[in-house]
Amino acid sequence: MTPGALVLQDGTVFEGYVFGSEKSISSGEVVFHTAPTGYQEILSDPSYAGQIVTFTYPHIGNYGINNADNESRAIFARGVIVRDYHEAYSNYRATKSLDTWLKRTNVAAITGIDTRKLTRHIREQGALPGAFGSASLRELQLAAKKEPGTAGIDLVKAVSTKKAYSVGSGKLRVTALDYGIKSSIISQLATFATVTVLPADSTSEQVLASRPNGIFLSNGPGDPQTVNYGVQTIRKLLGHAPIFGICLGHQLLATALGGKTVKMPFGHHGGNHPVQDLSTNVVEITSQNHNFAVIESSLKDAVVTHRNLNDNVVEGLRSTLYPAFSVQYHPEAGPGPHDARHLFTAFKSLMEQT
Amino acid sequence: MPKRTDISSILIIGSGPIVIGQACEFDYSGTQACRALKGEGYRIILANSNPATIMTDPDFADATYIEPLTVEVLEQIIRKEKPDVILPTLGGQTALNLAIELHENGILKKYKTKLIGASPEAIATAEDRQLFKDAMSEIGIASAISGSAHNLSEAQAVVSKIGLPVIIRPAYILGGKGTGIAETEESFNDLALKGIDASPINEILIEQSVKGWKEFELEVMRDCRDNCVVVCSIENVDAMGVHTGDSITVAPAQTLTDVEYQKMRDSAFACLRRVGVETGGSNVQFAVNPKTGEQIIIEMNPRVSRSSALASKATGFPIAKIAALLAVGYSLDEIPNDITKKTPASFEPVIDYVVTKIPRWTFEKFPGTPDILGTQMQSIGEVMAIGRTFPESLQKAIRSLEIGRTGLNADASEAVFDKTTTARLLKSIALPSSNRIFEVESLLRRGQKPEKLSRLCGYDPWFLHQMKRISDARTNFAAQDFRKLSARDLKAIKQLGFSDAQLAYLAKVDPEAITSRRHALKVEPTYKMVDTCAAEFSADTPYCYSTWEDETEVVRSKRKKVMILGSGPNRIGQGIEFDYACVHASFALAEAGVESIMYNCNPETVSTDYDTSDKLYFEPITLEDVMNVIAVEKPDGIIVSLGGQTPLKLANVLPQKLILGTSPKAIDRAEDRKEWSKLCQKLNIPQPPGGTATTLEKALAVARRVNYPLLVRPSYVLGGRAMRIIYNEQQLAATFNEVAGIGALIQEGGLSAERPVLVDHFLSDAIEIDLDALRDTKGNVAVAGIMEHVEAAGVHSGDSACVLPAQNLSKSTLAMLIKYAEAIAKELQVVGLINIQFVVRDEQVYVIEANPRASRTVPFVAKAIGVPLAKLATRIMLGESLDSLKSIYDFKVNGQKLLQRTKPKRLVSVKESVFVFSRFSNTDIVLGPEMKSTGEVMGIGENFAEAFGKAEVAASFKIPNAGFIVITVADFAKQAILPIARSLLGMGFHLIATKGTASFLQENGIVVSQTIAKVSENSSDNIVEFINNNEVRLLINVPNGSTKAQTDGYQTRKAALERHVFVVTSLPAIKAIVASMQESRHRRHVVRSLQSQ
Repeated sequence: MTPGALVLQDGTVFEGYVFGSEKSISSGEVVFHTAPTGYQEILSDPSYAGQIVTFTYPHIGNYGINNADNESRAIFARGVIVRDYHEAYSNYRATKSLDTWLKRTNVAAITGIDTRKLTRHIREQGALPGAFGSASLRELQLAAKKEPGTAGIDLVKAVSTKKAYSVGSGKLRVTALDYGIKSSIISQLATFATVTVLPADSTSEQVLASRPNGIFLSNGPGDPQTVNYGVQTIRKLLGHAPIFGICLGHQLLATALGGKTVKMPFGHHGGNHPVQDLSTNVVEITSQNHNFAVIESSLKDAVVTHRNLNDNVVEGLRSTLYPAFSVQYHPEAGPGPHDARHLFTAFKSLMEQT
Repeated sequence: MPKRTDISSILIIGSGPIVIGQACEFDYSGTQACRALKGEGYRIILANSNPATIMTDPDFADATYIEPLTVEVLEQIIRKEKPDVILPTLGGQTALNLAIELHENGILKKYKTKLIGASPEAIATAEDRQLFKDAMSEIGIASAISGSAHNLSEAQAVVSKIGLPVIIRPAYILGGKGTGIAETEESFNDLALKGIDASPINEILIEQSVKGWKEFELEVMRDCRDNCVVVCSIENVDAMGVHTGDSITVAPAQTLTDVEYQKMRDSAFACLRRVGVETGGSNVQFAVNPKTGEQIIIEMNPRVSRSSALASKATGFPIAKIAALLAVGYSLDEIPNDITKKTPASFEPVIDYVVTKIPRWTFEKFPGTPDILGTQMQSIGEVMAIGRTFPESLQKAIRSLEIGRTGLNADASEAVFDKTTTARLLKSIALPSSNRIFEVESLLRRGQKPEKLSRLCGYDPWFLHQMKRISDARTNFAAQDFRKLSARDLKAIKQLGFSDAQLAYLAKVDPEAITSRRHALKVEPTYKMVDTCAAEFSADTPYCYSTWEDETEVVRSKRKKVMILGSGPNRIGQGIEFDYACVHASFALAEAGVESIMYNCNPETVSTDYDTSDKLYFEPITLEDVMNVIAVEKPDGIIVSLGGQTPLKLANVLPQKLILGTSPKAIDRAEDRKEWSKLCQKLNIPQPPGGTATTLEKALAVARRVNYPLLVRPSYVLGGRAMRIIYNEQQLAATFNEVAGIGALIQEGGLSAERPVLVDHFLSDAIEIDLDALRDTKGNVAVAGIMEHVEAAGVHSGDSACVLPAQNLSKSTLAMLIKYAEAIAKELQVVGLINIQFVVRDEQVYVIEANPRASRTVPFVAKAIGVPLAKLATRIMLGESLDSLKSIYDFKVNGQKLLQRTKPKRLVSVKESVFVFSRFSNTDIVLGPEMKSTGEVMGIGENFAEAFGKAEVAASFKIPNAGFIVITVADFAKQAILPIARSLLGMGFHLIATKGTASFLQENGIVVSQTIAKVSENSSDNIVEFINNNEVRLLINVPNGSTKAQTDGYQTRKAALERHVFVVTSLPAIKAIVASMQESRHRRHVVRSLQSQ
């Protein structure tokens, strides 16, 4: 493997070896993810657009890449950082190695990094822009400096579908606004509904033209404050049909309901976050991936329904005026635990009631 | 939900003595539970027969009962203490089985007490294999096709439906006892019968064999609000077919995609809910077909298990403590995560390293038992290692095992595998053994493809590819001049877990050359922390491991600090007793205001619990690894004398000024035969005549001088490894070759002028004495215990029962023993503990050996006299005097220099050993000078008979009231057996005897109900048949000294063992048993808590 390095915007350097795509510089916002399994789902999740994903689990690529577990049509992450990549993989479903997949999708990766040191650094400093590759340290430093990070940048348009399409054949009709939607969400909805997926910048008229029984606001990358067009649309949709939002969809719903969001220091990226349902006190282990969060005190026409027990971050809310609710975490899993999948059933019931 | 206030007292049942399948992990779990629940303000009542545990220290419960774990005894305790509830899920299978019995016998109802943690229904559903499978199929979870049977014809009917091969498992057993895979009809019939017999309810489950499938375990917890979490996933490197306890296992699972993992997680929770584990931890095992991904559930344990101990150490999540808190009503979100302090326990730990566990086997102790692994667990202990990658953690784990290996081959011991032909190795790896992983590496190095090897040995190709990285790296390293390697390249090979010793072997230089090159290039290990969260939150608990990266995150404190070297994996001869001593050292350091740094690699222990010491280093106990930690921590002192032989072996090579307590030179002086003899002569203390030898010729010369019988043993070993009693020249030759030859002993160091064989005249029919004493820097000596062995000299002290205080010694002998002990301790300038062994014959005292370190008997003595010996030793090593410690630890030293509690205990204590012979079915059970026991129990009574009786009951002897007693004794013992036979007859037993014994008894007027033939006299109707066909209560068999396998006695004892008949083979033990049987007729079992004594 070719020697390379990772340089963070604050100047911190990590030495390693590059694999995957042969491009000499990759830059983005460096975040860490703590799940030991699910790298294929994570890297193909459009929510990681603009980010370089550090896996805290040292061995990544163990079970290769298969044809079934992708969360979207491509890899949206800007790069991959691991402690110990090795080409050998083993799983009955695997068709190629992580390296081959990265090469084919032109995404670069770096291995041999002290990912624990990097994680601790991010924990203390917050998610930082950075650059890695086989280029010279100077070039990497420059690229890291130029890298804008994710705050204030609209990453949604680049990942959203350009054309509407439908999935499933259920009696209920769900219209999903695609801010970067994951396949697992579509599959979960499609178990009971015909899902019409619309581009992120669709207007409320376009949404209502599909005569939805329910409207779904998808996950997606980046800063909710840059997705103003989404918020405008959602505001107009409130009250027309039950609304369910996940992750970015949750942040946009909160904004539409008058709330505000804030960038977190290093976000939540993992499959082990305890979330308590405040109405039942039941704790669910959830899959999470967000760098922004809803500010509780900013909420007016909504109540907090779920909270992260690690740091009390708002993980779910419900409108007090409309049939609309959302969660910050990922009940669809993919990857992660299935504990919260019942929320899709709750959405279905809400549609059936109205 | 907050904790329950409707209960105030809790009975916790421990797991009893250490046996295979149930080791010190249950001391760890019980100790955590006692601590946690006592901390919540409950009154804790503890029952456990094992004195070598931390949990039975009087501080950990309000009422501690070191009493036999039987339903009868528990009823006495329940009657006396009236506990509101009983917590049975932390004491292994023993406690769970007892809980079921208490329920079924109506005792729970009678005393209005209830089980918490698991209901009788849940236990039954999990434990009864058919109920379990039915329950699983009800909720749509697949399990292997199977059926149950209670006799051979039922069994045959079941197997005709499933088809061979099948796996046979007895119901309600631990450690896979009686389990086996049958591939032929013949082996099926045999295993089925054995299995039915092994099951306490005579039931077996016959199951489709999934041998070769991948095996996984999930450690899961559930609280009263139905919150479920997975604490840890574990993947076995050895495929299905090898018992989990005997498998190399890795955490977390490495080869499952998230989809497969989540499916398993869902099944585990569904299983927990269906079985009805309302609160607590469980272990759920799965098998996965590597070709199709098909998952089936294998079993679940509705309790804390060996795997939970491993999972706790692997993640930093204290399963036992949390399980105990959940049992009293807390929910997970109400319990803080101790390590992060800021986050709750209702989460799933994630780790950013790889944990490897390797079992520690002791096949060399059981000649005749082949080194083949199967569905029945045979390992005695285990090690765990943490590395950032699998290759690193695997190599660290191997060198933690202390089997003379410095990693995955690349040392002198690899020769035996490298010399074997490829064809033979390819055949060999199809059969699981303790050496398989080394054979596999040798094959990988020869260019054999991982995929091909995977088909043969069942390891997943991923593991093999990772092992191949190790092979490739060594080949690459060996081809270069290490002096020319860059720092980056040297670091890269260290990252794969190579020790300096391995690199030195490859470069054909001394390890010091590699180490100094490393230092020159500044290639040093970094220390990372186990924090449950992969660094997402900052951790407060310094639980550390080494790896080779950029950043060390461990912070050295400014406090005075002492490092304690632990005892490594459990094995025969070095077990929980040494962990007990190390834990006490840690507590004593805390009490003295000194920072304690624990260093160990055994995941089952209390010592490796993250809150036992101020800091924990989970590392292999080798010179390189220890020196690296010394460099980081710069401790003020190191304690090497409490962890048994493991740390002691390092004493001479560690910085001498750091060693606390007795100097390594003095330790050597006691160990070195010539020095020791000189010392005894100087002090005028008689020794049995003897000498040393490094060759057979020299040994024969010594023999001619001192006369037979001889006691022959290697130096520097614990547990009497390869120790033998020799009656003639042929035996001497054979033994000498064994001692000097290949095998484990050579791996432990081999013979040399520094490590010769000791050859002594053996004093037969003498009383053996074990003495533990303390000496402080001021020269004050206090004798803590003088233990008299129940078996005559010649049985290893670790195997013999012993009694404290001594029962048959005169005042003048006692005075002589104390005088000698004081003289020896003074001469060796002992600081801390010393253990001395004597034999006494005809009022004459001879000294056998002295060990200036903690002995196996320390916890027993401490509990018998009520003074914390290991703590005293630790404080003494810190420089404090006995006098200054008296008020702190409530003791005095009387006029005879005996250490006593301020208010001395008046009771008699007996320690009895517990064996695992039935696991090693080709090993004879006659005791000898090589230690074979795995654990110990303690009996406390008003007199010897009561105490001994309790100890025997605790060691699973059921004191009979009537029935058959079979007697067959050698000629020399016939006279001595007469009074015994008379009293047995008087108690109403029917005596059955073999011809010679019978006629002798009859000649002396004793009625023999039936005379039976020996095996050699009649092949079809004989003593073995009698034992097989009748309910024999006791077998009294005194053999004539020969242990040759096929003798009559051997077959008789083997039959008795298989039928669970209690066997006694020595005259003193027989006398003691009969005295206890008589004693028990006069009164009921009286229970006494330690706190009341």
